Amino acid sequence: MLGTIYAILFYIATVILVAGLVMRIRRYARTPAPLKIPTTPAPTTGWGVFWRMVREVLFFQSLYKSNKWIWLFGWMMHMSLWLILARHMRYFIFESYWWIEAVQFAGTYASFTFLIGLGGLLFRRFAVERIRYITSPSDVLMLLLLIGIGASGAMMRFVTHADIVAVKSFILGLSRFHIGYLPADPVLMAHLGMVITLMIIFPISKLMHAPGVFFSPTRNQVDNPREKRHLAPWAAELEK
Amino acid sequence: MADGAEDFRKMQHALDVPCLKPGSMEGLKPFVAKPEHQEKVGFPGELLPDWKEKALAKMEELGEKNRAFQVYLDTCVKCGACTDKCHYFLGTGDPKNMPVARQDLLRSVYRRYFTFAGKYFPWLVGARDLTEEVLDEWYSYYHQCSECRRCSVFCPYGIDTAEITMAAREIMDSVGMGQKYSNEIIGKVKEVGNNLGLNPKALRATLEDLEEDIEDETGVSVRIPLDEKGADILLITPSADFFAEPHIDGLLGYAKVFHEAGVSWTISSYASEAANFGLFIGSYENMREISLRIRKAAEDLGVKRIVFGECGHAWRVAYSFLNTLAGPFDFLDQNYPIPQHILEFTWNEIQQGNLKFDKSQNDHIRLTYHDSCNVARASRMGDMPGGQFEIPRNVIKAVCNNYFDMDPDTIKESTLCCGGGGGLLTDDLMDLRIKGSSPRMTALQDVTEEHGVTHMAAICAICKTQFSKVMPKFGYDMDSIVSVHQLVSNAIILTGQDDEDDADTGPEEETSNE
Repeated sequence: MLGTIYAILFYIATVILVAGLVMRIRRYARTPAPLKIPTTPAPTTGWGVFWRMVREVLFFQSLYKSNKWIWLFGWMMHMSLWLILARHMRYFIFESYWWIEAVQFAGTYASFTFLIGLGGLLFRRFAVERIRYITSPSDVLMLLLLIGIGASGAMMRFVTHADIVAVKSFILGLSRFHIGYLPADPVLMAHLGMVITLMIIFPISKLMHAPGVFFSPTRNQVDNPREKRHLAPWAAELEK
Repeated sequence: MADGAEDFRKMQHALDVPCLKPGSMEGLKPFVAKPEHQEKVGFPGELLPDWKEKALAKMEELGEKNRAFQVYLDTCVKCGACTDKCHYFLGTGDPKNMPVARQDLLRSVYRRYFTFAGKYFPWLVGARDLTEEVLDEWYSYYHQCSECRRCSVFCPYGIDTAEITMAAREIMDSVGMGQKYSNEIIGKVKEVGNNLGLNPKALRATLEDLEEDIEDETGVSVRIPLDEKGADILLITPSADFFAEPHIDGLLGYAKVFHEAGVSWTISSYASEAANFGLFIGSYENMREISLRIRKAAEDLGVKRIVFGECGHAWRVAYSFLNTLAGPFDFLDQNYPIPQHILEFTWNEIQQGNLKFDKSQNDHIRLTYHDSCNVARASRMGDMPGGQFEIPRNVIKAVCNNYFDMDPDTIKESTLCCGGGGGLLTDDLMDLRIKGSSPRMTALQDVTEEHGVTHMAAICAICKTQFSKVMPKFGYDMDSIVSVHQLVSNAIILTGQDDEDDADTGPEEETSNE
């Protein structure tokens, strides 16, 4: 029964997440950028833009220039998230590959840095007058949701010790449209429930910053307007 | 603190973050455009009865036509990185002058009408209805942004508030609520060819006077040609260069450089304006129309090259957009950048050893340089990224002995706006202009204390006008702001110049290239 409820929720959430992301990303990709607006100094080649994007996405270069505290907490939280996600791959892949093994240790302790980062960001939302001013309820709830996911996950790993073998077989089953047994562990239920919530709100929330950054014209455009003419399709119509 | 007269002078450091003073700038609004100004620019004369529907339709249209607008409305996470980056916030303390808060004035409406969360849970995501109060608030605060892009440097997603401000102004224009200053000026460019409404006859007379001035001063006949067909170079320069100080001295500098370089050049009376206020109001169509005047002038005069004078936003439109708006320029000489900046031209001539200077002519000046926002963050000079910082400094150092940079956090890509850019250079916004300039003025005061700096150079007509107005409020003479080509003009030794003999005995210096 429990397995069925969670299985259905997971399928719904996955459809919403994937369809939502595809629709949003398609919209970003199809909307033309009528003018060249890279924030300069900007790279003058495609490879240069690639590296600029790598520096933004992996190291949060612009944020680092801006504010070391936000950078520290934000970077810590995001990098921990990658480690945690990598660690969770073992629930989705039957075989235990070397890279999944390799990331287990770091991924385990990343839950702490994940929570510290989120805590720092949450603290700033209340402690810094300027940030308090721009904060909406959803901004706080989003942090609380992520903290909830991280805390429940860490709890299963360090305190309550969920039956991860059963969880793995349940999730592997889902990928074959087979609904299996899910242990009625309250922490696990909370953890999975919050993950499902996150998946559903992803495409309709500010979490769209993740794909959005790749479409930001100030960051992804090549600085070559004199050499190469840039023209949006609707602007080309004006010339007829 | 209340009346602001002394408010702006109390900064300890240029980037000191003020306490929030909610509502402190909310009453400030520039004059609304009159129907005749609106109609010349292609917008409704006054606020439409169905303005709300029209505004929302325009917002939707922009979301489909402009990727930046769409992506930037969606991706902000309210991290706060930009909150202390706007000079208007630093100068006023009004929280709605924080870039994210300024964006949110529009984003809140976008969310209400175009997003799931905002439609069904407005309180959760700070979404709100579009009402008359909201429109008033837009008008006020989207005319307290100079579109300088300083925030975009620091945003982890590169969100550029200038894009949101331009979109907001375009939406307001489309429902009949335009700004008088910008729209009136655009109308003049379309009618007469320049922002001033200076007709060809008056322009010719002005240029002839300037030719006489140069000859009186140097004994050399230096021409400032107008509408000369077959010239190699078309100079497009802000019309302020024809009449305002210190702009004129910059124009004299260009003329002397062209003269010594031995090139033929001309100004066009048809396109006697580099400025393009279409940018400020976010109107692609108006920006294009003004740019096409330059193309037509170049075709009619049969020139081979286009060079732009010292003007910040004009260089953005020229460097980044001209090829898009009015290209392709197949008919020009492809061996030169199209278009080229006057500083690129002058720096090339200096490197080739074609210009001679007596740097001591600028020894009465201890100089710093203000990177104009649009040049710094929205354009380039030369072949390398960052050339827009190096080339002006190289030229300055070739003609001036005493040069000092301001605080590194306030120059180059982090430069502070003069406080008057983006269509705000109007007397009805003087309070904002003074407060907005205070971070830059504080950084200047620091180098004055430390290095005895007396003058600041800039390469933007708006910066120059703005600083000559606000610098007296901060204890500087109004002529403490100088054009870069004014310094060139001071130091250049023209071939056959009267006092060349004197200069020979003095500490004449060959220009070095470092």
